[in-house]
Amino acid sequence: MRYLDKTVVGLSIAFLVLLFADFFMAEWVRFMGLQSLARGAVALGLLVLWRTGLVSFGHALYFGIGAYAAAMLTLVGYHDAFFLVFAGTLASGILAYLLGFLLRRYRGIFFALLNMAFSMILYGVIVKTEELGSTDGFSVLAPTFLGYAPEGEAVQTTLFLFTLFFTYIVTVGVHLYLKTTLGGMSMAVRENEIRVEYLGYSAEKVIHVKYVFSGLVAGFGGAIMALAIGQVDPDSMANWNVSGEFVFITILSGIGNVAATFIGAFVFELIRTYAFEYAPLFWQLILGGSLLAIIMFLPNGIWSLVDRLRKSEG
Amino acid sequence: MTAVLEVRDLQKSFGAVVAAKDINVTVNEHEIIGIIGANGAGKTTFVNMVTGYLKPTSGQIEFAGRNIMGLPPRDITVLGISRSFQVPQVFASESVFDNLLMAYAITEETGMGLLAPLYNDERAARVDSHLERYKIADYRNAVSSTLPQGIRKLLDIAMAAVSKPTILMLDEPTSGISAEEKFGLMDIIMEALAEDKTTVLFIEHDMEIVERYVSRVLAFYQGQIICDAPTAEALVDPGVREFVIGEEYHRTRTEAAARQGGADNA
Repeated sequence: MRYLDKTVVGLSIAFLVLLFADFFMAEWVRFMGLQSLARGAVALGLLVLWRTGLVSFGHALYFGIGAYAAAMLTLVGYHDAFFLVFAGTLASGILAYLLGFLLRRYRGIFFALLNMAFSMILYGVIVKTEELGSTDGFSVLAPTFLGYAPEGEAVQTTLFLFTLFFTYIVTVGVHLYLKTTLGGMSMAVRENEIRVEYLGYSAEKVIHVKYVFSGLVAGFGGAIMALAIGQVDPDSMANWNVSGEFVFITILSGIGNVAATFIGAFVFELIRTYAFEYAPLFWQLILGGSLLAIIMFLPNGIWSLVDRLRKSEG
Repeated sequence: MTAVLEVRDLQKSFGAVVAAKDINVTVNEHEIIGIIGANGAGKTTFVNMVTGYLKPTSGQIEFAGRNIMGLPPRDITVLGISRSFQVPQVFASESVFDNLLMAYAITEETGMGLLAPLYNDERAARVDSHLERYKIADYRNAVSSTLPQGIRKLLDIAMAAVSKPTILMLDEPTSGISAEEKFGLMDIIMEALAEDKTTVLFIEHDMEIVERYVSRVLAFYQGQIICDAPTAEALVDPGVREFVIGEEYHRTRTEAAARQGGADNA
Protein backbone atom coordinates (compact mmCIF):
# COMPACT_ATOMS: atom_id res chain seq x y z
CA MET A 1 0.00 0.00 0.00
CA ARG A 2 2.03 2.84 -1.35
CA TYR A 3 -0.43 5.61 -0.57
CA LEU A 4 -1.24 4.58 2.96
CA ASP A 5 0.28 7.38 4.92
CA LYS A 6 -0.44 8.98 8.27
CA THR A 7 -2.35 11.94 6.92
CA VAL A 8 -4.67 9.79 4.83
CA VAL A 9 -5.30 7.51 7.80
CA GLY A 10 -5.90 10.53 10.05
CA LEU A 11 -8.28 12.12 7.56
CA SER A 12 -10.16 8.86 7.12
CA ILE A 13 -10.59 8.44 10.87
CA ALA A 14 -11.76 12.04 11.19
CA PHE A 15 -14.15 11.43 8.30
CA LEU A 16 -15.71 8.37 9.93
CA VAL A 17 -15.93 9.99 13.36
CA LEU A 18 -17.64 13.08 11.93
CA LEU A 19 -19.90 10.85 9.85
CA PHE A 20 -21.33 9.22 12.96
CA ALA A 21 -21.17 12.36 15.03
CA ASP A 22 -23.37 14.06 12.45
CA PHE A 23 -26.41 12.21 13.79
CA PHE A 24 -25.78 13.22 17.38
CA MET A 25 -24.20 16.65 17.33
CA ALA A 26 -26.08 19.75 18.40
CA GLU A 27 -27.54 21.82 15.61
CA TRP A 28 -25.26 24.80 16.23
CA VAL A 29 -22.17 22.59 16.23
CA ARG A 30 -23.19 21.06 12.92
CA PHE A 31 -23.80 24.51 11.51
CA MET A 32 -20.36 25.62 12.58
CA GLY A 33 -18.91 22.42 11.20
CA LEU A 34 -20.52 23.08 7.83
CA GLN A 35 -19.12 26.58 7.72
CA SER A 36 -15.69 25.28 8.72
CA LEU A 37 -15.75 22.74 5.91
CA ALA A 38 -16.84 25.38 3.41
CA ARG A 39 -14.21 27.92 4.47
CA GLY A 40 -11.63 25.19 4.96
CA ALA A 41 -12.10 24.13 1.34
CA VAL A 42 -11.22 27.65 0.20
CA ALA A 43 -8.22 27.71 2.52
CA LEU A 44 -7.12 24.41 0.99
CA GLY A 45 -6.83 26.20 -2.35
CA LEU A 46 -4.94 29.03 -0.67
CA LEU A 47 -2.60 26.49 0.90
CA VAL A 48 -1.71 25.18 -2.56
CA LEU A 49 -1.11 28.74 -3.81
CA TRP A 50 0.82 29.65 -0.67
CA ARG A 51 3.17 26.72 -1.18
CA THR A 52 3.78 28.09 -4.66
CA GLY A 53 4.77 31.38 -3.03
CA LEU A 54 1.55 33.23 -3.85
CA VAL A 55 -1.01 34.83 -1.57
CA SER A 56 -4.40 35.90 -2.85
CA PHE A 57 -6.39 38.65 -1.14
CA GLY A 58 -9.32 38.02 -3.42
CA HIS A 59 -10.58 34.49 -3.22
CA ALA A 60 -13.96 35.75 -2.12
CA LEU A 61 -14.34 36.17 -5.88
CA TYR A 62 -14.52 32.41 -6.42
CA PHE A 63 -16.33 31.84 -3.15
CA GLY A 64 -18.91 34.42 -4.23
CA ILE A 65 -19.23 33.04 -7.76
CA GLY A 66 -19.74 29.53 -6.36
CA ALA A 67 -22.35 30.76 -3.89
CA TYR A 68 -24.23 32.95 -6.35
CA ALA A 69 -24.10 30.41 -9.17
CA ALA A 70 -25.67 27.78 -6.92
CA ALA A 71 -28.16 30.24 -5.47
CA MET A 72 -29.19 31.64 -8.86
CA LEU A 73 -29.86 28.14 -10.16
CA THR A 74 -32.33 27.64 -7.32
CA LEU A 75 -34.18 30.72 -8.62
CA VAL A 76 -34.76 28.99 -11.94
CA GLY A 77 -35.96 25.79 -10.34
CA TYR A 78 -32.91 23.60 -9.76
CA HIS A 79 -32.64 22.30 -6.22
CA ASP A 80 -30.48 19.22 -6.34
CA ALA A 81 -27.42 19.74 -4.13
CA PHE A 82 -25.20 17.63 -6.39
CA PHE A 83 -26.07 19.74 -9.37
CA LEU A 84 -25.90 23.08 -7.55
CA VAL A 85 -22.54 22.42 -5.94
CA PHE A 86 -21.15 20.98 -9.15
CA ALA A 87 -22.32 24.04 -11.09
CA GLY A 88 -20.92 26.47 -8.48
CA THR A 89 -17.57 24.69 -8.49
CA LEU A 90 -17.44 24.59 -12.27
CA ALA A 91 -18.40 28.26 -12.68
CA SER A 92 -15.57 29.32 -10.37
CA GLY A 93 -13.16 26.95 -12.07
CA ILE A 94 -13.91 28.41 -15.49
CA LEU A 95 -13.49 31.96 -14.22
CA ALA A 96 -10.19 31.03 -12.54
CA TYR A 97 -9.03 29.43 -15.77
CA LEU A 98 -9.77 32.60 -17.74
CA LEU A 99 -8.37 35.07 -15.20
CA GLY A 100 -5.40 32.75 -14.73
CA PHE A 101 -4.01 33.76 -18.11
CA LEU A 102 -3.54 37.26 -16.75
CA LEU A 103 -2.79 36.52 -13.09
CA ARG A 104 -0.11 33.91 -13.72
CA ARG A 105 2.12 36.73 -14.92
CA TYR A 106 2.08 38.47 -11.54
CA ARG A 107 3.81 37.70 -8.25
CA GLY A 108 3.82 39.00 -4.71
CA ILE A 109 1.73 42.00 -3.81
CA PHE A 110 0.59 42.46 -7.43
CA PHE A 111 -0.87 38.99 -7.55
CA ALA A 112 -2.52 39.45 -4.16
CA LEU A 113 -4.12 42.79 -4.96
CA LEU A 114 -5.06 42.02 -8.54
CA ASN A 115 -7.11 39.16 -7.15
CA MET A 116 -8.70 41.56 -4.71
CA ALA A 117 -9.47 43.97 -7.53
CA PHE A 118 -11.32 41.28 -9.45
CA SER A 119 -13.22 40.21 -6.35
CA MET A 120 -14.33 43.78 -5.74
CA ILE A 121 -15.61 43.97 -9.30
CA LEU A 122 -17.85 41.01 -8.53
CA TYR A 123 -18.90 42.67 -5.28
CA GLY A 124 -19.75 45.84 -7.16
CA VAL A 125 -21.75 43.99 -9.79
CA ILE A 126 -23.78 42.11 -7.16
CA VAL A 127 -24.46 45.24 -5.14
CA LYS A 128 -25.71 47.05 -8.24
CA THR A 129 -27.93 44.19 -9.40
CA GLU A 130 -31.44 44.70 -8.05
CA GLU A 131 -32.59 41.35 -9.44
CA LEU A 132 -30.16 39.59 -7.10
CA GLY A 133 -31.38 41.53 -4.09
CA SER A 134 -28.51 44.03 -4.18
CA THR A 135 -26.86 44.31 -0.73
CA ASP A 136 -29.64 42.25 0.90
CA GLY A 137 -29.06 39.20 -1.29
CA PHE A 138 -31.78 36.59 -1.46
CA SER A 139 -32.67 33.35 0.27
CA VAL A 140 -31.90 29.90 -1.01
CA LEU A 141 -34.46 27.14 -0.54
CA ALA A 142 -33.45 23.88 1.08
CA PRO A 143 -31.78 21.59 -1.45
CA THR A 144 -32.80 18.08 -2.43
CA PHE A 145 -30.38 15.19 -2.73
CA LEU A 146 -30.94 13.06 -5.83
CA GLY A 147 -34.68 13.16 -5.32
CA TYR A 148 -34.55 12.92 -1.53
CA ALA A 149 -36.11 16.04 -0.06
CA PRO A 150 -35.30 16.21 3.67
CA GLU A 151 -37.19 18.49 6.00
CA GLY A 152 -36.37 20.29 9.23
CA GLU A 153 -33.11 19.30 10.88
CA ALA A 154 -32.60 16.51 8.34
CA VAL A 155 -31.69 19.14 5.74
CA GLN A 156 -28.59 20.17 7.64
CA THR A 157 -27.76 16.58 8.62
CA THR A 158 -27.85 15.47 5.00
CA LEU A 159 -26.02 18.54 3.79
CA PHE A 160 -23.33 17.91 6.37
CA LEU A 161 -22.89 14.31 5.16
CA PHE A 162 -22.82 15.50 1.58
CA THR A 163 -20.23 18.20 2.34
CA LEU A 164 -18.16 15.93 4.53
CA PHE A 165 -17.96 13.29 1.83
CA PHE A 166 -16.82 15.64 -0.92
CA THR A 167 -14.45 17.55 1.36
CA TYR A 168 -12.89 14.27 2.42
CA ILE A 169 -12.34 13.21 -1.21
CA VAL A 170 -10.89 16.60 -2.17
CA THR A 171 -8.64 16.82 0.88
CA VAL A 172 -7.16 13.35 0.42
CA GLY A 173 -6.80 14.18 -3.26
CA VAL A 174 -4.88 17.38 -2.49
CA HIS A 175 -2.68 15.60 0.00
CA LEU A 176 -1.72 12.97 -2.59
CA TYR A 177 -1.41 15.60 -5.27
CA LEU A 178 1.14 17.53 -3.21
CA LYS A 179 3.39 14.48 -3.39
CA THR A 180 3.30 14.27 -7.17
CA THR A 181 5.75 15.97 -9.51
CA LEU A 182 3.24 18.68 -10.43
CA GLY A 183 2.33 19.14 -6.76
CA GLY A 184 5.97 19.29 -5.73
CA MET A 185 6.63 21.89 -8.40
CA SER A 186 4.97 24.38 -6.03
CA MET A 187 8.23 24.33 -4.14
CA ALA A 188 10.27 24.62 -7.32
CA VAL A 189 8.33 27.64 -8.58
CA ARG A 190 8.40 29.32 -5.17
CA GLU A 191 12.14 28.79 -4.81
CA ASN A 192 13.42 29.47 -8.30
CA GLU A 193 11.38 30.04 -11.43
CA ILE A 194 14.47 30.45 -13.61
CA ARG A 195 15.62 26.98 -12.70
CA VAL A 196 12.19 25.54 -13.48
CA GLU A 197 12.27 27.14 -16.93
CA TYR A 198 15.76 25.80 -17.55
CA LEU A 199 14.68 22.33 -16.51
CA GLY A 200 12.20 22.50 -19.35
CA TYR A 201 8.88 23.40 -17.75
CA SER A 202 6.81 26.57 -17.65
CA ALA A 203 6.55 28.16 -14.21
CA GLU A 204 3.50 30.12 -15.35
CA LYS A 205 1.78 26.93 -16.38
CA VAL A 206 2.40 25.48 -12.93
CA ILE A 207 0.92 28.59 -11.35
CA HIS A 208 -2.06 28.47 -13.68
CA VAL A 209 -2.86 24.89 -12.72
CA LYS A 210 -2.67 25.73 -9.02
CA TYR A 211 -4.78 28.81 -9.55
CA VAL A 212 -7.55 26.93 -11.31
CA PHE A 213 -7.53 24.37 -8.53
CA SER A 214 -7.82 27.10 -5.89
CA GLY A 215 -10.74 28.57 -7.85
CA LEU A 216 -12.50 25.21 -8.03
CA VAL A 217 -12.33 24.51 -4.30
CA ALA A 218 -13.29 28.10 -3.47
CA GLY A 219 -16.35 27.69 -5.70
CA PHE A 220 -17.16 24.44 -3.94
CA GLY A 221 -16.89 26.18 -0.56
CA GLY A 222 -19.09 29.03 -1.72
CA ALA A 223 -21.83 26.76 -3.05
CA ILE A 224 -21.83 24.78 0.20
CA MET A 225 -22.01 27.99 2.20
CA ALA A 226 -25.00 29.22 0.20
CA LEU A 227 -26.87 25.98 0.90
CA ALA A 228 -25.78 25.83 4.55
CA ILE A 229 -26.89 29.35 5.41
CA GLY A 230 -29.86 29.30 3.05
CA GLN A 231 -29.03 32.81 1.97
CA VAL A 232 -26.57 34.66 -0.24
CA ASP A 233 -25.55 38.28 0.16
CA PRO A 234 -22.55 40.22 -1.13
CA ASP A 235 -21.14 41.20 2.25
CA SER A 236 -20.71 37.70 3.57
CA MET A 237 -19.93 36.08 0.21
CA ALA A 238 -17.96 38.45 -1.98
CA ASN A 239 -16.62 41.37 0.04
CA TRP A 240 -12.90 41.85 0.60
CA ASN A 241 -13.12 41.01 4.31
CA VAL A 242 -14.30 37.53 3.29
CA SER A 243 -11.06 37.13 1.33
CA GLY A 244 -9.24 38.31 4.41
CA GLU A 245 -10.90 35.61 6.49
CA PHE A 246 -9.56 32.94 4.14
CA VAL A 247 -6.04 34.31 4.46
CA PHE A 248 -6.59 34.45 8.23
CA ILE A 249 -7.54 30.78 8.25
CA THR A 250 -4.50 29.88 6.16
CA ILE A 251 -2.16 31.70 8.56
CA LEU A 252 -3.94 30.16 11.52
CA SER A 253 -3.65 26.67 10.07
CA GLY A 254 -0.21 26.86 8.55
CA ILE A 255 0.62 25.21 5.27
CA GLY A 256 2.25 22.14 6.75
CA ASN A 257 -0.63 19.76 6.23
CA VAL A 258 -4.02 19.67 4.54
CA ALA A 259 -5.74 18.49 7.73
CA ALA A 260 -4.59 21.62 9.55
CA THR A 261 -6.69 23.72 7.18
CA PHE A 262 -9.94 22.36 8.54
CA ILE A 263 -8.79 22.50 12.14
CA GLY A 264 -7.82 26.11 11.48
CA ALA A 265 -11.19 26.84 9.87
CA PHE A 266 -13.01 25.38 12.87
CA VAL A 267 -10.86 27.31 15.36
CA PHE A 268 -11.61 30.44 13.34
CA GLU A 269 -15.36 29.77 13.58
CA LEU A 270 -15.03 29.24 17.34
CA ILE A 271 -13.06 32.43 17.90
CA ARG A 272 -15.41 34.44 15.76
CA THR A 273 -18.61 33.02 17.21
CA TYR A 274 -17.56 33.45 20.82
CA ALA A 275 -15.90 36.79 20.26
CA PHE A 276 -19.12 38.03 18.71
CA GLU A 277 -21.26 36.59 21.45
CA TYR A 278 -19.28 37.93 24.37
CA ALA A 279 -17.95 41.13 22.89
CA PRO A 280 -20.33 42.25 20.15
CA LEU A 281 -18.75 45.71 20.13
CA PHE A 282 -15.13 44.77 19.79
CA TRP A 283 -15.11 41.18 18.51
CA GLN A 284 -12.83 42.20 15.66
CA LEU A 285 -10.26 43.21 18.25
CA ILE A 286 -10.31 39.68 19.63
CA LEU A 287 -10.02 38.25 16.14
CA GLY A 288 -7.07 40.52 15.36
CA GLY A 289 -5.49 39.77 18.74
CA SER A 290 -5.64 36.04 18.12
CA LEU A 291 -4.09 36.49 14.68
CA LEU A 292 -1.29 38.48 16.30
CA ALA A 293 -0.79 35.79 18.91
CA ILE A 294 -0.63 33.08 16.23
CA ILE A 295 1.94 34.99 14.20
CA MET A 296 4.06 35.65 17.29
CA PHE A 297 3.87 32.29 18.99
CA LEU A 298 3.02 29.85 16.18
CA PRO A 299 4.44 31.41 13.03
CA ASN A 300 3.87 28.17 11.15
CA GLY A 301 0.29 27.92 12.32
CA ILE A 302 -1.58 25.34 14.32
CA TRP A 303 0.19 22.52 12.57
CA SER A 304 3.49 23.50 14.18
CA LEU A 305 1.97 22.21 17.46
CA VAL A 306 1.79 18.77 15.89
CA ASP A 307 5.33 19.10 14.59
CA ARG A 308 6.59 20.11 18.02
CA LEU A 309 4.81 17.16 19.58
CA ARG A 310 6.46 14.80 17.09
CA LYS A 311 9.88 16.28 17.71
CA SER A 312 9.59 15.95 21.47
CA GLU A 313 8.54 12.33 21.02
CA GLY A 314 11.40 11.33 18.91
CA MET B 1 32.69 16.20 -37.12
CA THR B 2 29.03 17.06 -37.14
CA ALA B 3 27.87 20.56 -36.51
CA VAL B 4 25.25 20.71 -33.74
CA LEU B 5 24.91 24.42 -33.31
CA GLU B 6 25.15 27.04 -36.00
CA VAL B 7 24.88 30.71 -35.21
CA ARG B 8 24.68 33.12 -38.14
CA ASP B 9 24.95 36.92 -38.10
CA LEU B 10 23.54 37.22 -34.62
CA GLN B 11 22.87 40.76 -33.44
CA LYS B 12 21.57 42.14 -30.20
CA SER B 13 21.12 45.74 -29.27
CA PHE B 14 19.61 47.31 -26.17
CA GLY B 15 18.55 50.69 -27.50
CA ALA B 16 21.71 52.36 -28.75
CA VAL B 17 23.98 49.83 -27.05
CA VAL B 18 25.12 47.00 -29.30
CA ALA B 19 25.68 43.96 -27.08
CA ALA B 20 26.40 41.54 -29.89
CA LYS B 21 27.03 41.91 -33.58
CA ASP B 22 28.06 39.68 -36.47
CA ILE B 23 28.29 36.59 -34.28
CA ASN B 24 29.06 33.59 -36.48
CA VAL B 25 29.89 30.32 -34.76
CA THR B 26 29.66 26.67 -35.70
CA VAL B 27 29.88 24.23 -32.80
CA ASN B 28 30.69 20.61 -33.53
CA GLU B 29 29.72 17.54 -31.58
CA HIS B 30 31.80 16.71 -28.49
CA GLU B 31 33.78 19.94 -28.66
CA ILE B 32 34.91 21.70 -25.50
CA ILE B 33 34.90 25.42 -26.18
CA GLY B 34 36.07 28.24 -23.95
CA ILE B 35 34.40 31.64 -24.24
CA ILE B 36 36.67 34.42 -23.05
CA GLY B 37 36.46 38.18 -22.97
CA ALA B 38 36.48 41.12 -20.59
CA ASN B 39 33.39 42.09 -18.57
CA GLY B 40 30.72 43.42 -20.88
CA ALA B 41 32.26 41.85 -23.97
CA GLY B 42 29.05 39.95 -24.75
CA LYS B 43 29.83 36.43 -23.50
CA THR B 44 26.80 36.02 -21.30
CA THR B 45 24.64 37.82 -23.87
CA PHE B 46 25.69 35.15 -26.36
CA VAL B 47 24.79 32.33 -23.95
CA ASN B 48 21.52 34.07 -23.07
CA MET B 49 20.57 34.33 -26.74
CA VAL B 50 21.39 30.72 -27.57
CA THR B 51 19.44 29.43 -24.56
CA GLY B 52 16.46 31.64 -25.32
CA TYR B 53 16.66 33.94 -22.33
CA LEU B 54 17.25 36.95 -24.58
CA LYS B 55 15.66 37.40 -27.96
CA PRO B 56 18.26 38.37 -30.59
CA THR B 57 17.56 41.49 -32.63
CA SER B 58 18.40 39.60 -35.81
CA GLY B 59 20.28 36.58 -37.08
CA GLN B 60 19.81 32.86 -37.04
CA ILE B 61 20.38 30.09 -34.51
CA GLU B 62 20.17 26.51 -35.71
CA PHE B 63 20.40 23.59 -33.35
CA ALA B 64 20.50 20.05 -34.73
CA GLY B 65 19.19 21.36 -38.04
CA ARG B 66 16.31 23.20 -36.47
CA ASN B 67 15.77 26.93 -36.13
CA ILE B 68 15.50 27.69 -32.42
CA MET B 69 15.42 31.48 -32.62
CA GLY B 70 12.73 32.97 -30.46
CA LEU B 71 11.93 29.77 -28.55
CA PRO B 72 11.63 30.15 -24.76
CA PRO B 73 14.34 28.57 -22.55
CA ARG B 74 12.11 25.65 -21.57
CA ASP B 75 11.62 24.54 -25.17
CA ILE B 76 15.31 24.90 -25.94
CA THR B 77 16.12 22.88 -22.82
CA VAL B 78 13.79 20.12 -23.94
CA LEU B 79 15.47 20.12 -27.38
CA GLY B 80 18.86 19.60 -25.77
CA ILE B 81 20.67 22.82 -24.84
CA SER B 82 21.06 23.32 -21.14
CA ARG B 83 22.96 25.86 -19.06
CA SER B 84 24.36 26.65 -15.65
CA PHE B 85 24.57 30.07 -14.08
CA GLN B 86 27.26 32.35 -12.78
CA VAL B 87 25.17 32.73 -9.65
CA PRO B 88 23.90 29.20 -8.92
CA GLN B 89 20.16 28.85 -9.47
CA VAL B 90 19.01 26.19 -7.05
CA PHE B 91 15.99 25.58 -4.81
CA ALA B 92 17.61 27.26 -1.84
CA SER B 93 15.46 26.01 1.02
CA GLU B 94 15.58 22.38 -0.08
CA SER B 95 18.20 19.70 0.41
CA VAL B 96 20.69 18.80 -2.31
CA PHE B 97 18.87 15.51 -2.80
CA ASP B 98 15.47 17.19 -3.17
CA ASN B 99 16.93 19.68 -5.64
CA LEU B 100 18.09 16.89 -7.90
CA LEU B 101 14.99 14.79 -7.32
CA MET B 102 12.92 17.70 -8.61
CA ALA B 103 15.31 18.21 -11.53
CA TYR B 104 14.97 14.55 -12.49
CA ALA B 105 11.19 14.57 -12.09
CA ILE B 106 10.68 17.65 -14.25
CA THR B 107 13.04 16.25 -16.87
CA GLU B 108 11.49 12.80 -16.93
CA GLU B 109 7.79 13.48 -16.65
CA THR B 110 5.37 14.98 -19.13
CA GLY B 111 1.58 15.10 -19.40
CA MET B 112 -0.22 12.81 -16.98
CA GLY B 113 3.11 11.51 -15.71
CA LEU B 114 3.34 14.77 -13.80
CA LEU B 115 0.62 13.38 -11.54
CA ALA B 116 2.68 10.36 -10.56
CA PRO B 117 4.43 10.55 -7.18
CA LEU B 118 7.52 12.75 -7.23
CA TYR B 119 9.51 10.25 -5.21
CA ASN B 120 10.11 6.70 -6.28
CA ASP B 121 12.95 4.37 -5.43
CA GLU B 122 14.30 4.09 -8.97
CA ARG B 123 14.45 7.86 -9.34
CA ALA B 124 16.08 8.19 -5.92
CA ALA B 125 18.74 5.71 -7.06
CA ARG B 126 19.38 7.79 -10.18
CA VAL B 127 19.70 10.91 -8.04
CA ASP B 128 22.17 9.17 -5.73
CA SER B 129 24.36 7.99 -8.58
CA HIS B 130 24.27 11.52 -10.02
CA LEU B 131 25.39 12.83 -6.62
CA GLU B 132 28.30 10.38 -6.71
CA ARG B 133 29.38 11.48 -10.18
CA TYR B 134 29.44 15.10 -9.13
CA LYS B 135 31.10 14.23 -5.82
CA ILE B 136 28.45 15.96 -3.72
CA ALA B 137 27.05 12.84 -2.05
CA ASP B 138 28.46 14.03 1.29
CA TYR B 139 26.11 16.99 1.10
CA ARG B 140 23.07 14.88 0.15
CA ASN B 141 20.88 16.10 3.02
CA ALA B 142 22.32 19.57 3.46
CA VAL B 143 20.03 22.51 2.71
CA SER B 144 21.30 24.19 -0.46
CA SER B 145 21.41 27.69 1.01
CA THR B 146 23.97 26.48 3.59
CA LEU B 147 26.35 24.92 1.05
CA PRO B 148 29.88 26.21 0.41
CA GLN B 149 30.05 28.14 -2.86
CA GLY B 150 31.97 25.41 -4.71
CA ILE B 151 29.45 22.74 -3.81
CA ARG B 152 26.55 24.99 -4.74
CA LYS B 153 28.20 25.55 -8.13
CA LEU B 154 28.53 21.81 -8.59
CA LEU B 155 24.89 21.35 -7.65
CA ASP B 156 23.85 24.00 -10.16
CA ILE B 157 25.82 22.31 -12.93
CA ALA B 158 24.66 18.85 -11.86
CA MET B 159 21.05 20.05 -12.14
CA ALA B 160 21.69 21.43 -15.61
CA ALA B 161 23.24 18.12 -16.65
CA VAL B 162 20.34 15.97 -15.44
CA SER B 163 18.64 16.02 -18.83
CA LYS B 164 21.86 14.80 -20.50
CA PRO B 165 21.82 17.75 -22.88
CA THR B 166 23.56 17.68 -26.25
CA ILE B 167 25.12 21.05 -25.43
CA LEU B 168 25.77 22.38 -21.98
CA MET B 169 26.70 26.03 -21.54
CA LEU B 170 28.43 26.89 -18.29
CA ASP B 171 28.53 30.50 -17.22
CA GLU B 172 31.77 31.02 -15.28
CA PRO B 173 31.92 27.68 -13.51
CA THR B 174 34.91 28.74 -11.40
CA SER B 175 33.85 32.26 -10.40
CA GLY B 176 33.93 32.67 -6.65
CA ILE B 177 36.01 29.51 -6.27
CA SER B 178 39.40 29.65 -4.59
CA ALA B 179 42.53 29.06 -6.67
CA GLU B 180 43.22 25.78 -4.82
CA GLU B 181 39.77 24.39 -5.51
CA LYS B 182 39.28 25.36 -9.12
CA PHE B 183 41.06 22.47 -10.84
CA GLY B 184 39.44 19.89 -8.56
CA LEU B 185 36.04 21.34 -9.34
CA MET B 186 36.64 21.48 -13.08
CA ASP B 187 38.00 17.93 -13.12
CA ILE B 188 34.77 16.66 -11.57
CA ILE B 189 32.61 18.59 -14.00
CA MET B 190 34.54 17.77 -17.17
CA GLU B 191 34.87 14.11 -16.27
CA ALA B 192 31.13 13.74 -15.63
CA LEU B 193 30.27 15.60 -18.84
CA ALA B 194 32.76 13.57 -20.89
CA GLU B 195 30.93 10.41 -19.79
CA ASP B 196 27.72 11.79 -21.25
CA LYS B 197 29.61 12.94 -24.38
CA THR B 198 28.22 16.41 -23.82
CA THR B 199 29.40 19.29 -25.99
CA VAL B 200 30.51 21.99 -23.58
CA LEU B 201 30.81 25.73 -24.00
CA PHE B 202 31.96 27.59 -20.97
CA ILE B 203 32.64 31.18 -20.11
CA GLU B 204 35.89 31.59 -18.25
CA HIS B 205 38.19 34.37 -17.11
CA ASP B 206 40.94 32.11 -15.84
CA MET B 207 43.40 31.34 -18.64
CA GLU B 208 44.87 28.41 -16.72
CA ILE B 209 41.48 26.75 -16.80
CA VAL B 210 41.05 27.61 -20.47
CA GLU B 211 44.44 26.12 -21.40
CA ARG B 212 43.81 22.97 -19.46
CA TYR B 213 40.30 21.99 -20.51
CA VAL B 214 39.47 23.64 -23.77
CA SER B 215 40.25 22.69 -27.38
CA ARG B 216 38.92 25.82 -28.96
CA VAL B 217 38.51 29.42 -27.87
CA LEU B 218 35.97 32.06 -28.76
CA ALA B 219 37.25 35.47 -27.74
CA PHE B 220 34.70 38.26 -27.38
CA TYR B 221 35.41 41.96 -27.49
CA GLN B 222 32.76 44.69 -27.61
CA GLY B 223 30.03 42.32 -28.73
CA GLN B 224 32.06 40.70 -31.48
CA ILE B 225 34.04 37.53 -31.78
CA ILE B 226 37.58 38.71 -32.45
CA CYS B 227 39.13 35.27 -32.46
CA ASP B 228 37.82 31.74 -33.03
CA ALA B 229 40.75 29.31 -33.03
CA PRO B 230 42.31 26.30 -31.30
CA THR B 231 43.40 27.19 -27.78
CA ALA B 232 47.16 27.40 -28.30
CA GLU B 233 46.68 29.60 -31.33
CA ALA B 234 44.07 31.82 -29.71
CA LEU B 235 46.10 32.54 -26.60
CA VAL B 236 48.96 34.03 -28.64
CA ASP B 237 46.70 35.94 -31.00
CA PRO B 238 47.68 39.61 -30.78
CA GLY B 239 44.05 40.78 -30.66
CA VAL B 240 43.25 38.39 -27.83
CA ARG B 241 46.37 39.41 -25.96
CA GLU B 242 45.51 43.05 -26.32
CA PHE B 243 41.78 43.03 -25.61
CA VAL B 244 41.13 39.93 -23.54
CA ILE B 245 44.12 38.60 -21.67
CA GLY B 246 45.30 42.14 -21.19
CA GLU B 247 49.03 41.74 -21.54
CA GLU B 248 49.24 44.92 -23.59
CA TYR B 249 47.59 46.71 -20.73
CA HIS B 250 50.05 45.30 -18.22
CA ARG B 251 52.95 46.21 -20.44
CA THR B 252 51.81 49.76 -20.89
CA ARG B 253 51.26 50.04 -17.18
CA THR B 254 54.73 48.73 -16.48
CA GLU B 255 56.18 51.16 -18.96
CA ALA B 256 54.19 53.97 -17.47
CA ALA B 257 55.44 53.01 -14.04
CA ALA B 258 58.98 52.92 -15.33
CA ARG B 259 58.52 56.32 -16.86
CA GLN B 260 57.04 57.58 -13.64
CA GLY B 261 60.03 56.14 -11.77
CA GLY B 262 62.35 57.80 -14.26
CA ALA B 263 60.65 61.13 -13.67
CA ASP B 264 61.11 60.75 -9.95
CA ASN B 265 64.79 60.09 -10.42
CA ALA B 266 65.32 63.09 -12.55
